Amino acid sequence: MIDLLVIPLIKIVIVLTGVLITVMYLVLLERKVQAWVQVRLGPMRVGPHGVLQPIADVLKLFVKEDITPVRADKVVFTLAPIIVLVPAIIAFAVIPFGDQVSIFGKPVPLHIADLNVGLLYIVAVASIGIYGIILGGWSSNSKYPLLGALRASAQLISYEVAVTLTFVSVILVSGSLSMVDIVTAQKANGVWFAFVQPLALSIYFVGALAETNRSPFDLPEAEQELVAGFHTEYSGMRFALFFLAEYANMIVVSAVATTLFFGGWLRPFPSVAFLHFLDFVPTWIWFVVKTFLVLYLFLWIRATLPRYRYDQLMRLGWKVLIPLAIANIIVTAAVKVALSD
Amino acid sequence: MGQAIAFYTLAACILGFGVLVITAKNTVHSVMFLVVNFLFVAGLYVLLGAQFLAVIQVVVYAGGIVVLYLFVVMLVNLKRPPEAHQDRRRRGRLGVTCSLVVLAELVAIAAYKYVSPAAGLPPALPMGPDNVAQVGMLLYTDYLIPFELASMLLLVAMVGAIVLAKRDL
Amino acid sequence: MEPDVARPMFDTDELVINMGPQHPATHGVLRVVLKLDGEKVVDADVVIGYLHRGVEKLSENRDWTQIVLLTDRLDYVASAAANLAYVETVEKLLSLEVPRRARYIRTILAELQRLASHLVWLGSHAMDIGAVTVFLYCLRERELILDLFEEYCGARLTYNSMRIGGLPQDLPPNWDKKVLQFCDIQLEKLVEYETLLTHNRIWLERTKGIGVISAADAIAVGLCGPPLRGSGVVRDVRKDEPYAAYAEMEFDVPVGTNGDTYDRYLVRLEEIRQSVRIIRQALGGLPEGPVMGKVPRLIKPPAGETYHANESPKGEIGYFIASDGKSTSPYRLRVRPPSFCNLQALPQLVRGHLVADVIALIGTIDIVLGEVDR
Repeated sequence: MIDLLVIPLIKIVIVLTGVLITVMYLVLLERKVQAWVQVRLGPMRVGPHGVLQPIADVLKLFVKEDITPVRADKVVFTLAPIIVLVPAIIAFAVIPFGDQVSIFGKPVPLHIADLNVGLLYIVAVASIGIYGIILGGWSSNSKYPLLGALRASAQLISYEVAVTLTFVSVILVSGSLSMVDIVTAQKANGVWFAFVQPLALSIYFVGALAETNRSPFDLPEAEQELVAGFHTEYSGMRFALFFLAEYANMIVVSAVATTLFFGGWLRPFPSVAFLHFLDFVPTWIWFVVKTFLVLYLFLWIRATLPRYRYDQLMRLGWKVLIPLAIANIIVTAAVKVALSD
Repeated sequence: MGQAIAFYTLAACILGFGVLVITAKNTVHSVMFLVVNFLFVAGLYVLLGAQFLAVIQVVVYAGGIVVLYLFVVMLVNLKRPPEAHQDRRRRGRLGVTCSLVVLAELVAIAAYKYVSPAAGLPPALPMGPDNVAQVGMLLYTDYLIPFELASMLLLVAMVGAIVLAKRDL
Repeated sequence: MEPDVARPMFDTDELVINMGPQHPATHGVLRVVLKLDGEKVVDADVVIGYLHRGVEKLSENRDWTQIVLLTDRLDYVASAAANLAYVETVEKLLSLEVPRRARYIRTILAELQRLASHLVWLGSHAMDIGAVTVFLYCLRERELILDLFEEYCGARLTYNSMRIGGLPQDLPPNWDKKVLQFCDIQLEKLVEYETLLTHNRIWLERTKGIGVISAADAIAVGLCGPPLRGSGVVRDVRKDEPYAAYAEMEFDVPVGTNGDTYDRYLVRLEEIRQSVRIIRQALGGLPEGPVMGKVPRLIKPPAGETYHANESPKGEIGYFIASDGKSTSPYRLRVRPPSFCNLQALPQLVRGHLVADVIALIGTIDIVLGEVDR
């Protein structure tokens, strides 16, 4: 009973709170990093160096008036932010945050579920999130959100293909779809898959930027072109849900990148014996640190690059990334067959 | 017992949402119901122990194909019903024909079952929860030709669609 | 319902969207009505007038010195340039001789103003294309220019920095050294912007071949200033009809070759360099003497009319002024606003491009709505 219900429930609560707090502070981190790049200070007023800013933001969004446009499709308009947020959060179910730890002599794995199709589960869940964006844009009954929604759906579908194809090459190397097995495979090989599959990593990273609508692929919500894209008509808490989902998605793709390419919870150089002293750091700390380094890359890119145009983005996806990813799979498979003989 | 309850709940939901798909006035709502319908079908696969199939169902149908439906529905103005829908007699004839075809199929299945019970079904394979490798093995050995034919069909459809849409290639 | 044969099977009407007057990237209150086919712009209609304050009509009820204040509010990003063009026109009407020192200082102020205006342009243009950081870097340097202006005339945006016949005051002590220091900083930081943009692949893809306009078309549609030079036409009022102290300055007029957004970007960046060059020369050869000429107590130009043009950062800014010789205010004043003339080209530029390019193109012609609507 305890194993079946209580422990998973506790884990779900911890992960959920952890994700929400991380999202809040990721927003602050983004504002701070952007500010530092742009020779500004960023939020400084709420708390020392603005550390309480996220709380103020959340409170503000809570008490804001929640406007539903008169001619909007009310049910869909309300559902859309939820449809976006739920997949973003349930994706965390299969992410292994660390190795097994023992609490009161009881071994507890640091993940909620180890599905044997974990990686595919993430793809599936991510593909459902698209509906929220399309429906949110459509139900607003307004032109800019509709254009934003169309851009979003086209973009997400194209880049999902590229990202999923990079998963295939990782699966070929690891021999498993389970997230935990992928990490242990990197331990067994003694090398992060980032060095085995550098091309897959780059394609995945570009695809992940596009899938999370981050600069330079933030076209669905291109502020200078489409005002705010699909969530133009949203305000208050419902807008906050979209916002939350976007950042939660960023964390998911970074966590997946960490798991697939940077050895998950493993310490750096997992096979070098004399670095064993690094093992005193709990495994989940390695995971969090790596994930944040990937996230930092997201923020850095946003502060540096201009935005792609819609047709250029589609061209990049279909004519560069997808063919490259397919070629990568073929080469990986060929090498694997050659080595197994 | 638990399995039966789960199955009947899922089946009821699938049927219910199926009905909603065809009765919904708003095309976008009807597409949404279709998505929910597909998700319940994925639940059915999980119940059968086919997790891989369930996830693929979500990825391909719910996540991929229906998004394209939604795309089309949103892009194309469907306020004006097609001509075929305006002719009541034609609509009636079409309905009757469709029902007759389905009825004939059902009768054929029942008759076949009556003549040779349990024939035609392949022997059940011992499949554990980790059936990804087994599905892959089957697809690339026993079912290679149907699999490749299906992919050929998709390719032809894709080329056809592009040729139709872009007249000046 | 009657059968409608002409209609295609799939109803793909053109989508008409209103870009502005409330839109984050139309640089003020510009409204562009776009006809879209998908995301492709079929046609664009520019609607202006949301910021109309009747500056030209107001001028008929103000005396000649008061009008300098009104000119501040035309191109509020480059008010010194508008001041200069106006006072020079009046001086032409009055046949006034302006002291050489005043003309030099005017040149310095006008060039500093060009730098400030080009920095705002570069920043907002880059931000429209998504490079937000460049915007803040540009404003960082513009801040220094505003400080210099503040020290000179006390204002940071609407300077009222020129007087008919000269200047309100001489330079503050040590101001010239600060300007020279700023020139060094500006050249150094220009490299920083260029590292972020000039060879950036995304920037190139977003600007090369976008909004191409040939030299002949550019002249036909009445472009002026950097957009005209971007198409390869060598036309700069500072060179062709020198005013202030430009006749004594040595500088190049950069021109583009393709007439696209990227060329216009390069032209303006080179103009920043040339401006720094002019400022350094002017400060180096700054003559001594008074800064105010002999101006009658009551300014009442003789009856007649005149037109005089300057090269403002946006293009050719000109004033046509008619005086009846009796009253203390102009009989008629008409501004030739470069932003307004350049905006005419927008529909021609955007046709066939995508929505995202419309933003880039509004940025590239560098308009200020205060000047367009007057």
